[in-house]
Amino acid sequence: MRAADLVTALALLVVGGVVIADAVRLGTGWDSDGPQSGFFPFWLAVFMITAAVVIALQAVNRATAIPFVTAGQLRPVLAVLVPAAAMVLLMEYLGLYVAAALYLAFYMRWVGRHAWPTIAALSLAVPLVTFVIFERWFLVPMPKGPLEAWLGF
Amino acid sequence: MGFSIAVTPFNLFVALVGIMLGTVIGVLPGLGGANGVAILLPLTFTMPPTSAIILLTSIYWGALFGGAITSILFNIPGEPWSVATTFDGYPLARQGQGGQALTAAFTSSFVGALFSIVLITLFAPVLAEIALRFGPPEFFAIQLLTFSSFVGLGGGNPVKSLVSILLGFILAAVGLDIVTGQLRMTFGVVELMKGFDFIVAVIGLFGIGEILLSVEEGLSFQGARTGMRLAVVLETWKTLPRYWRTFLRGSVIGFWMGFKPGGATPASFMSYAFARRFSRHGDRFGKGELEGVVAPETAAHAAGVAAMLPMITLGIPGSPTAAVMLGGLIIWGLQPGPMLFKEKPDFVWGLIASMYTGNVLGVLVVLAFVPLFAAILRIPFAILTPLILVVCAIGSYAVHNSMIDVWYMLIFGVVGYTFKKLDYPLAPLVLALVLGDLAENALRQSLIMSQGSLGIFFLRPISGAIMAVALLFFLLPIVTPWWRRRRGLPRVASAPSGHEA
Repeated sequence: MRAADLVTALALLVVGGVVIADAVRLGTGWDSDGPQSGFFPFWLAVFMITAAVVIALQAVNRATAIPFVTAGQLRPVLAVLVPAAAMVLLMEYLGLYVAAALYLAFYMRWVGRHAWPTIAALSLAVPLVTFVIFERWFLVPMPKGPLEAWLGF
Repeated sequence: MGFSIAVTPFNLFVALVGIMLGTVIGVLPGLGGANGVAILLPLTFTMPPTSAIILLTSIYWGALFGGAITSILFNIPGEPWSVATTFDGYPLARQGQGGQALTAAFTSSFVGALFSIVLITLFAPVLAEIALRFGPPEFFAIQLLTFSSFVGLGGGNPVKSLVSILLGFILAAVGLDIVTGQLRMTFGVVELMKGFDFIVAVIGLFGIGEILLSVEEGLSFQGARTGMRLAVVLETWKTLPRYWRTFLRGSVIGFWMGFKPGGATPASFMSYAFARRFSRHGDRFGKGELEGVVAPETAAHAAGVAAMLPMITLGIPGSPTAAVMLGGLIIWGLQPGPMLFKEKPDFVWGLIASMYTGNVLGVLVVLAFVPLFAAILRIPFAILTPLILVVCAIGSYAVHNSMIDVWYMLIFGVVGYTFKKLDYPLAPLVLALVLGDLAENALRQSLIMSQGSLGIFFLRPISGAIMAVALLFFLLPIVTPWWRRRRGLPRVASAPSGHEA
């Protein structure tokens, strides 16, 4: 936990530094018509850097043996996160519906080891129901790809 | 007058759909009130505003009810304020009294909610009337009070609460500064120009983050069976009036804690602790005592409803879910704040009336369909997880029809997972992200009024009083340990907790 706390505090320091740099560029003081654009972010960042230093000191003084994450815990987390990122990437090129179908099928097979008929039924049904609800009933357009274009939507 | 709006067939239907959806959302791991409402917000864009807010609030009531189902039957608190419900609810369910526990929980929720709604009906117009006289310094002071109560009363590490708030404000400042027209913290990146939408942040932080946490723990649902029959419900209702003191205490604690932000969770613990202390069967608490279900549920729902009061009257949300609804108000073209009562009385009173109808409908629906909702948790995990992720992606995309938001959602998910594990609270971050522009404008306008002097916040009577309380809350984490040491008291956390026995 201590290492993770220190890394987070360091990340907050970096964010704070970036914000201050930008705030100084914009001006942190008083203009003819009131506070300048950088005024509010500047003070936010100053307080955040102070807080991050306090958190880092707390973490150094408080030794805990509990690790932030064990290898056994990280595996299932990555098993969700990596395919999810892949799905979002596919969404950019294939549209939501195809990407969702592929993602559902992949996850159900790879993690759940479900039977192929179940997988086929669900990964077809879910995008179809979504399509009807969003595109037809509520008129909220979702990203579409070559398949939808070929079908004429 | 609001009932003529809330009781139209269409709005009742909308409320019913909302309750059903909300209960499903409350039962599902990884989805809760805030991100459930956030995901479904795009569906309301084409609706009339009153129906839209009825849908969203009904989802919220449903999610509150749904949390009780998983707590009692599966020992999984769907929301932090359902934790105290598991103490006695799950033991009851394992003793085969799940039906009694659920009936007690739903009825308590209903009573707590009703208590707060009546108080809202009475006080909201008065509060809005007072708030009409508020200027920028008063609004800034109230915002500061909102955030100071997270630091001072939130429990946990106050420095980390502070960081969450500041980070939320910083994220809110990214993009175009509407006052000066300058770009802030975009560093020439076009995608950063429109800033970070808090709805995407809610979906990522609460939705994706929660899923990552729950898969890490290795989900295994050990559900107890329900025997939910009409006879059981009626039997339980006969025994409930004898807990009237617990009901009343829970409602008062809930309302009082609830209209301050982040109040529902401490309210439920506090109500549980009080009930145990005052009960004649205090020693049976934790082993399956019906009163131990009544106490936290009443308080949690009273608090959940009370969180709507500052949202309607001041335009300042009391909880992340209320924050999402506030975002909805802005999207539908309404200006949240005290003027809403004057300009859109139909909307406000329709909303308040729908709180009554929504909760009556809600308690009937959940009582009737508990087995159905419980069955959701028996859906295999490898199907639920990707489904929830797809739903989250849809919700994030639909806010602005932009793919970058879906990537933000994933990033916020990882941040949410990390923050949750390191004990950084997420609710203040979301609230700061929502209120960022409002707070900054209130601060700027106040400073313009005073020619740059901070004294303006302390010299005006109302803002001065609020500022004093806010500063007290900020200093509480520093003062309390010092005071305890002086008095020779042991160093203990001041957070209310009913966990240790």
